[in-house]
Amino acid sequence: MCLGVPGRVVEIHESPIGMPMGRVSFSGITKEVCLAYTPDVEVDEWVVVHVGFAISKIDEDEAHRVFDFLEEMNELDEIHIPQPELTVPDAPPPPGSPAARRSPDAGGTS
Amino acid sequence: MKYVDEYRREEDAQRFLALIRDRVTRPWTLMEICGGQTHTLVKFGIDRMLPEEISLVHGPGCPVCVTPLEMIDRAVAIAGRPGVIFTSFGDMLRVPGSESDLLGVKARGGDVRIVYSPLDAVTLAQRNPDREVVFFAVGFETTAPANAMAVWRAHQLGLENFSMLVSHVLVPPAMEAILGAPDNRVQAFLAAGHVCAVMGYWEYEPLAEKYEVPMVVTGFEPLDLLQGIHMAVEMLEEGRWGVANQYARAVEREGNQPAQELVGRVFEVSDRMWRGIGEIPTSGLRIRDEFRALDALERYGVAGVTAEEPSECIAGSILRGLCKPSDCTAFGTKCTPETPLGAPMVSSEGACAAYYHYAGT
Repeated sequence: MCLGVPGRVVEIHESPIGMPMGRVSFSGITKEVCLAYTPDVEVDEWVVVHVGFAISKIDEDEAHRVFDFLEEMNELDEIHIPQPELTVPDAPPPPGSPAARRSPDAGGTS
Repeated sequence: MKYVDEYRREEDAQRFLALIRDRVTRPWTLMEICGGQTHTLVKFGIDRMLPEEISLVHGPGCPVCVTPLEMIDRAVAIAGRPGVIFTSFGDMLRVPGSESDLLGVKARGGDVRIVYSPLDAVTLAQRNPDREVVFFAVGFETTAPANAMAVWRAHQLGLENFSMLVSHVLVPPAMEAILGAPDNRVQAFLAAGHVCAVMGYWEYEPLAEKYEVPMVVTGFEPLDLLQGIHMAVEMLEEGRWGVANQYARAVEREGNQPAQELVGRVFEVSDRMWRGIGEIPTSGLRIRDEFRALDALERYGVAGVTAEEPSECIAGSILRGLCKPSDCTAFGTKCTPETPLGAPMVSSEGACAAYYHYAGT
């Protein structure tokens, strides 16, 4: 019931009864969607659609953040100097290892 | 970007798993609220790939599953009346009531139809002025704006043959009921991304403060869930609490204002029974007096219908995260998707159905 699917707005029009409607494409299949709750959406922008209504506009910049974060993690990994495998239990993680490194970006209160 | 495929890449998933494994130092219990999230976790095997220290329990995030037995009985009663076209989302048709389900009514000649959107039901009412059209409005806050619009449109059009049977539930009171229970084991939540797309997440901040738990608004694709879990684990390991937003591409703190406004005009908060849990105060929505004529409970006089839960189904414990579907003695034997004892086995978002389809018996 919380199933919301991302789709691209291909057309915006008003229904005969004055409600903002649009055609939204989901990988080529288009459906009629009510845009009353995303009044400032424009053609070619993406929305999350739930039971025939756009409930949110997708922010493209924010969408890339998951991948920016991973890239940052990958870059940090490249400057990490590999340490020999520790077999001593309870030894502290070697400096510069993933376990010692803290993520700078995730987990704030905003 | 297509906003789906990119969030399913295997190597990125493995990267997040490694980050989580590196970060975790002791056992933690996390709960995801939304049934859609439960399904992704089980379908992609994420729950089995996480380090042992992380225990994922599944919350009551399936509105079909928590629809009280008496509400199903009311729907069955209305759907069986001559002249009624009873419309619903597909999931509800096979949820067992005390004696029957909606599919059974259909098999006996009732006019029960599946619709994709509540506006389809309004259109049916316009096109069939000699019939009474009823829409079964089940859902969390995600679906409330659509249902509000349907009531609003029907009212504006002056339709006299349309009404709605409302069984809406709200997430924050359920989270509070879980956190406040003496046997609560949940230490962090993954909050439902699409509920928050509508309502925002400002309502969760006082809860996070009061119970000192991290809450991460999380999406529905595998990478969303993995990042949400990573963010929650970070906060747990650092002893921090509050609300963080993993699903920022679709969710803002204030949520969707026009949607909230119309929901507030059409509906008001009410106490609500949750199947398997009991009554949670101020945890539901009902149609405001101004729109009573469109309330099916009033129109068909079924408000007084009550029912007793059968004892065999442990859905209540599953919905509160105290048991897993595999703990149930009837799971996979007496209770299957074809012969469900309770709603979580029927619904596409139910935990029992997820385990049955993806995790084997």
